[in-house]
Amino acid sequence: MTHHVLPMPITEAQVRELRAGDTVTLEETLFGIRDATQIHMFDRGRRTKFDLNGHAVVHTAPNLRKVERSGTNHSGYEAVCVGTTTSDRMERFTRPLMEREGVRIIIGKGGLREGSLDAFRDLGGAYLAVVGGAAALETTWIEAVEDVDLDDLNPESLYKFRIKGFGPLLVAMDAHGGSLYATVNAEAARRRQAVLEKLGAA
Amino acid sequence: MTLMTKPGVEPLRVEPEAIEEAAKLLYIRACKILPDDIKAGFARLDGSETDATAKTILATMIENIGVAERMDNLLCQDTGIPIFNVFVGRNVQVDGWALKQAIAAGTARATREHPLRSSVVHPITRQNEHTSCGERVPVINIDFTDAERELRIEMIPKGSGSENGSFLQMLIPADGVAAVKRFVVDRVIQAGGKVCPPTIVGVGVGGTSDLCMHLAKIAATRPLGSRCADKEGERLEQELSDAVNALGIGPQGLGGDSTAFAVHVETAATHITMNPVAVNIQCHSARRASATFTPDGIRIGF
Repeated sequence: MTHHVLPMPITEAQVRELRAGDTVTLEETLFGIRDATQIHMFDRGRRTKFDLNGHAVVHTAPNLRKVERSGTNHSGYEAVCVGTTTSDRMERFTRPLMEREGVRIIIGKGGLREGSLDAFRDLGGAYLAVVGGAAALETTWIEAVEDVDLDDLNPESLYKFRIKGFGPLLVAMDAHGGSLYATVNAEAARRRQAVLEKLGAA
Repeated sequence: MTLMTKPGVEPLRVEPEAIEEAAKLLYIRACKILPDDIKAGFARLDGSETDATAKTILATMIENIGVAERMDNLLCQDTGIPIFNVFVGRNVQVDGWALKQAIAAGTARATREHPLRSSVVHPITRQNEHTSCGERVPVINIDFTDAERELRIEMIPKGSGSENGSFLQMLIPADGVAAVKRFVVDRVIQAGGKVCPPTIVGVGVGGTSDLCMHLAKIAATRPLGSRCADKEGERLEQELSDAVNALGIGPQGLGGDSTAFAVHVETAATHITMNPVAVNIQCHSARRASATFTPDGIRIGF
């Protein structure tokens, strides 16, 4: 198990070095993305002004406070609480996010499915698990909400965060077909029969 | 003619302004401070967990509880669907319509004034009013209790990751209780890490379809350590708690012993042709806050 510190963005070669079970801390830039963001980007043909090439996105919709735009803050927001939502709902957007936008890393909770695992293998990508529901802690890794796009979707806009020490995150799905979720799910399915027998419900 | 007021006893009167203030306070407090029974639940799981990754994840969750309290921040970014359970005791006088308006007003004020993320949208247009309110939301459940001159308001910001782990099946009598147990185990497997384990698995058994799901919600949001009032239901709780924690799903669905703090069961009588079962899941950020109005004042708790 290796720990990787990755200043974003990264290359395909870098993401292919990550193995399920490794840990990662991200630095510099992270984008926040969500259900409505991706529905508008991929089902309704909207494009973002951001260059997501080689970047990481986190499945989120933050609590924000409105502030004056000044200096490097182009968003007009500061973070109140930023945390991670369940990824599974956004499964079908993994491949287009990578193919069209060049995203390399998806951060989420609860995992993604086979289709995403295939996309990670085919295109070079990885899924990093953050501890869901630990948003107060996650917020301490966010330095600023630097910029925002598609903000009519607030709170499901596309956010550009400046981050510091974002992690440690667990590599839960890698570019080599490794998925901790698939392993755990297979184990649960294997144990099911014995569990039901003990309940007298087989 | 019947008497419309009882002579000699002064009823507890609760003004809408007090309810609005309480609703605002409770929504914010619930988002920030986890109840003591849930904290104790974390300590128990941390003590018994044998998987190394699972222990690390539990430690992060416990650390987060401390960070939220120290920094006066939200435990989780998901402000949920606001649910208010109102328990009206005996000899309480309250304008029911004004109470509903006050709860919505307090919810909207918490959202704007804190500010909190409004997680509530129109179901078809997906329009967000940025008030955490909308048609029939906040969800307000009103029940009556035998507590003398007491009005209790319980607030639950119900997170969506776990709320999406809701399942109902209208089983039939010939399926028996075995099918009820199988349903619970299979839905916990299906939910996996998506519902933010360790969870409280709420199970409704009996009633009508809507009551059955409501029972599951009551079960999922009950304090840890509480037991089903029905003896058969209580037995199911223990059996099913052991069962789901033998599946190896673990915290966040990444493996381990700590899949659920507990399985809670609530029961209701049902029809001779019916055997309904429902599952509603509460995530590890099992948030609650309550305000109890009595003639002595307002008590804030969980």
